[in-house]
Amino acid sequence: MDFAFLTQTMVTLLKAVPMTLLLFSLSIFFGGLLALVIVWMRVGGNPVLSAFAKGYIFIFRGSPLLIQMFLVFYGLGQFGFIRYSFLWPFLREPVVCAVLSLALCTAGYTAEIFRGGIRAVSPREIEAARSIGMSGFLLVRRILAPIAFRHALPAYSTEIVLMMKSTALASLVTVWEVTGVAQRLISQTYRTMEVFLYAAIIYLVLNFIILQAMSLIEYRLSRHRRAAPSALARQ
Amino acid sequence: MATLQLLGFGSNGWGALLLAGALMTLAVTITALAIGAVLGTIVASAKLSGNALLATLGHVYTTIFRGVPELLIIYLIYFGGSSAVTAIGQSLGYEGFLGLPSFAAGALAVGIISGAYQAEVFRGAYLAIHKGELEAALAIGMNRGLRLRRIIVPQVLRFAIPGLGNVWQLSLKDSALISVTGLAELMRTSQVAAGSTRQYFLFFIAGGCLYLVLTSLSDRVFNSAERRANRSLPASSIGKA
Repeated sequence: MDFAFLTQTMVTLLKAVPMTLLLFSLSIFFGGLLALVIVWMRVGGNPVLSAFAKGYIFIFRGSPLLIQMFLVFYGLGQFGFIRYSFLWPFLREPVVCAVLSLALCTAGYTAEIFRGGIRAVSPREIEAARSIGMSGFLLVRRILAPIAFRHALPAYSTEIVLMMKSTALASLVTVWEVTGVAQRLISQTYRTMEVFLYAAIIYLVLNFIILQAMSLIEYRLSRHRRAAPSALARQ
Repeated sequence: MATLQLLGFGSNGWGALLLAGALMTLAVTITALAIGAVLGTIVASAKLSGNALLATLGHVYTTIFRGVPELLIIYLIYFGGSSAVTAIGQSLGYEGFLGLPSFAAGALAVGIISGAYQAEVFRGAYLAIHKGELEAALAIGMNRGLRLRRIIVPQVLRFAIPGLGNVWQLSLKDSALISVTGLAELMRTSQVAAGSTRQYFLFFIAGGCLYLVLTSLSDRVFNSAERRANRSLPASSIGKA
């Protein structure tokens, strides 16, 4: 056992964790916002917007993330009007391109998950809200969104874990996150197994934390659906 | 017009190469799905075996290969496999570096990942079999092999079709990552075409469209397979289509 090498490897890999977390949190945040817009278009009733949302979801779920990322990273710079626009200082950065493509992609998947959550809201609850005079935004805020979010939560936590794994692709557009650093270490040292195990442990720990956090949220949000504590039940 | 020529089948067109890449993607994904089916069956039966050690091993397998980025697993198989092959070569007296073929490494890596997902699909399908049917089979004296062949396997396959469709779509998209090993599948071919013509946007759009064709066609295949597998059931018991 070469402890100096093992410690050095772990330290090098851990230094890349903040970049992975940055990519992950930014893309989940922007992807979630975009998903809300798309799901609103999809279920809003306007046929043009609905068709656009359907097309968006079809394209971003049906093609690999890597090709979308390369399209953003290499493809956008090809056009003069983008190169000379005020956006170029941002779009030139690999991190921005990676976050942009991760967010665009996850928005397609997340929109479908949110739509599933909305469909699971019982029409009776919506009727009840309507009958006491709620409409529009109040109905969405008080009835539709909370119930739909709770139904969507299990599928959404799977999607979040998939996103954590997808941040690995950012290494292919020259962002030095955990997988990229691991690949560099492997090609420098040829000690595939050790480096792989360490990187794998990092991802497994991150995913474990995410899943625990999500199940905590789920537990909190379903308080009313659990059996009452026995002291209360006896009354 | 120049654009059409680049995508066409003429002497400076990339059309034929892109289509060949799409076929390679299909071939590597089918191979991976077959590898995954074998691994998935083994892991699912380990998890269902009731033996604590086997169940734990199965659990470790599905946790690792569903929780670690696909790219990292491809690196593991490609680089790790190559150094293993080199070590074997050296023990047989061959000097120098031996690489694992990129098709084999890619199909194996995606197959191992798909095996972890397929194990969960098969496990769910097995648990969906009605307990009464297994008891009935026992009651009329079917032995283990007969039960497996007549009761379990046909129903597991039927219940697993929707889940297998999802795994297939995942593997199809994961196969794009095999491009890092240099295998000339659709992603790699689009990349090479984009790089050598400097038409990045055009070729990544074209490659993306071919992926969309592959995913939507295979969606149809799985939908009709599902309909066919369920044709003996009354429409009401299938639920919504």
